[in-house]
Amino acid sequence: MVDMKILMLGWELPPHNSGGLGVACLNLSRALAKQGADIDFIVPYTAKHEKIDFMNVLSAMPIDPLLRFGGAYDSEHVSERLIPTTLTKSNAISIREIQEKYCDFVEKYLMEFKPDVVHAHDWLTFEAGILAKKNFGIPLIAHVHATEYDRSGMNGGNSLVHDIEKEALMLADKIFAVSEITKRIIHEKYGIPLDKIEVAYNSLDEDFIRSAYKFDESEYSYVEKLKNLGYTVISTVGRFTIQKGLWHFMRAAKKALEKNPKLIFIFAGDGEERNELIEQAANLGISKNVLFTGFIRGKQLRDIYSISDIFVMSSVSEPFGLTALEAAHHGDVLIITKQSGVSEVLHSALRYDYWDEERLADQIVSVAKSVALKETLKNEIKSEYLKISWDDVAKKCMKAYNGVKKHKRKS
Amino acid sequence: MHSICLYLHVHQPFRYRKYTVFDAGNNTNYWNDPNYDSKQNNERIFKKVAKKSYYPTFELIEKNLKAHPGFKISLSITGTWLEQAELWAPDLIEKIKELVKTGRVEIIGETYYHSLAFFYDKEEFEAQVKLHAEKIKSLFGVTPKVFRNTELAYNDDLAKWADEAGYKGILAEGWDKVLGWRSSNHVYRPYNCEKIRLLLKNYRLSDDIAFRFSDKNWPEWPLTVEKYKSWLETDIFRGDLINLFMDFETFGEHQWADTGIFSFMDRLISSWLENKENQFVTVSEACDLEDPADEISMPKTVTWADTERDLSAWTGNQMQKEALTLLYELKEKVLESDNKSLIEDFRRLTTSDQAYYMCTKYWNDGDVHAYFSAYDTPYDAFMYYMNVLRDIEVRLTN
Repeated sequence: MVDMKILMLGWELPPHNSGGLGVACLNLSRALAKQGADIDFIVPYTAKHEKIDFMNVLSAMPIDPLLRFGGAYDSEHVSERLIPTTLTKSNAISIREIQEKYCDFVEKYLMEFKPDVVHAHDWLTFEAGILAKKNFGIPLIAHVHATEYDRSGMNGGNSLVHDIEKEALMLADKIFAVSEITKRIIHEKYGIPLDKIEVAYNSLDEDFIRSAYKFDESEYSYVEKLKNLGYTVISTVGRFTIQKGLWHFMRAAKKALEKNPKLIFIFAGDGEERNELIEQAANLGISKNVLFTGFIRGKQLRDIYSISDIFVMSSVSEPFGLTALEAAHHGDVLIITKQSGVSEVLHSALRYDYWDEERLADQIVSVAKSVALKETLKNEIKSEYLKISWDDVAKKCMKAYNGVKKHKRKS
Repeated sequence: MHSICLYLHVHQPFRYRKYTVFDAGNNTNYWNDPNYDSKQNNERIFKKVAKKSYYPTFELIEKNLKAHPGFKISLSITGTWLEQAELWAPDLIEKIKELVKTGRVEIIGETYYHSLAFFYDKEEFEAQVKLHAEKIKSLFGVTPKVFRNTELAYNDDLAKWADEAGYKGILAEGWDKVLGWRSSNHVYRPYNCEKIRLLLKNYRLSDDIAFRFSDKNWPEWPLTVEKYKSWLETDIFRGDLINLFMDFETFGEHQWADTGIFSFMDRLISSWLENKENQFVTVSEACDLEDPADEISMPKTVTWADTERDLSAWTGNQMQKEALTLLYELKEKVLESDNKSLIEDFRRLTTSDQAYYMCTKYWNDGDVHAYFSAYDTPYDAFMYYMNVLRDIEVRLTN
């Protein structure tokens, strides 16, 4: 048993997650637990996490999981009371108010327990991390899955969020960034010395690899029929926000369809840009070739990957991009932007700059046309995504914990 | 004589359920939402409106037909409404049969599916008009003599078509921009037509009841029978015929019973007939009241909707255009299939309400409360609609 007590501060865990942040936190924690770490993981909401038996999940307050509103990715409307709750008189609560209560809970926790390290994930929990570091003297590890620059599509974003990030990054004893791109942003935009930042790439969700899954083509009967007619299926999965560059993707789809009408595009997910995207497809006259599935998870999501020939990650800025690994695992050809972290670890993927619609259209049409290109890309990538593992990430973390830990625990 | 031509439009669409891409190719259940409480459950909606509007309004009509030999009314009843009534309120059909037998209730012709097919596919339009006439004949034993197009969408071409099809009259909006100094209170002759007559909706007096009756911000609120009757009597100076055209659901659904709409109408009918100079006429009778006052041309389509009086609520945005284009592109193959249920599904999709649900005109104003739709957003409506179209395509390839 390694002598290491960790307080993890996170915003979501599967199955109550709205994106990759929860998946990453779960897998990292599981790998750490395997190496003997004793973890208390605090989430803001109250819900059952039945499959998690390797750590204690603590709920900071009695609210429902923050799926549609107030998830980990909306940093624009943080002060608006958008989240339904019975906690307040107005029956709604804002992200800022949840953060306040989250901090209160962490403070109470720290009066009772003394973890060796606090490991905080993204700005949502950074204030609680700062509190642990400043008021209780606990070493702080800041884990950056996305910065405010990423979330705002590199437009600067919410300055309040930026300030919280900056303070935590300055105070942190060690910072993990999910890619070189993110590391560079932390250095350049927040003025943090490079030697304090270490890159820890995400890996594939272990639940994906281990759980029994069989593709059921009847789920997408319509798409399957088109495939039999010689259509190529191109999909993207994620939150429909400015960060994801879906406008460029849609225009590229139009261009690709002009060259090859036998393409069907699946936009899987939901988000603030959804309505505009539906309208954009109609304006471009390609609605018939663009499917919107709404928010999907679990098997339906895996079926999307399975039925697709090509997976596109069109992000303007993507710190990592876990969905690309998932798609590769299901045999998709990947086309990803150079602005995504995952492109640092995957080489057998087609890459383009997010604004280069012509290039993306060309790549889609090329893969659709050439069986050889498709098969090569598909096979080569298998050896690449399996090389990165959560165990390696956990080892890096343990090393960092040992480096910042202050005292030996008496057993 | 001073005449009121009261005409009510009776319609319900078949709303498609939240039909996802997971349904497409897997099932053809577009119309029956298993969730009774959903916004797309046609049965629930029909029964609700029947209770609030259809039953009490038909009762009111029946009562006045019995009490006043001078009371007359015209109705346009869509095929989709009749089908739903047959399923969920067959006694309403029986009631209408009795009313028609009095000879003082005239049924107006239109498209069976309440579609805008005239503007997309003449053949389909004619087929739907024929279907409707057959349905009316089989249920009520009468043949419509006067025509109205969906949403009162009218232009010179439509009038020409109706003239050649042998209709005695046709209905349109009495829109100032077209009429200029002319009054809607006369019988007109459509441009380039000889026999057919044009009746124009007196939209001010119609809308006073249909839209403004319960509006407390309206300076004229509350609208009393005396006040409204005095307006009618003043308006008669502009011409002897007042065409009051409105939705049947004005009574009980758009204006709830507690606004006093039923007693208002009840008293208005008897109060109007108190004066021997006053009468009610059906649309056919209205056509014969006088020689045409003038020829009227509407080269551009005019409807009874919105301040624009055009088709923009149905075909204004790109989603609507795309959906309708793709729909009508399927027509030939659908008809060739000779598959009855496929043809019926296709035709239910031509119902104008379907495109209206995709309207973003009011949506973008942020006036969501005023926006009435079976779907959460116009975008949802479009998505589900497209998925249904996709499934129809799959059925065509099978």
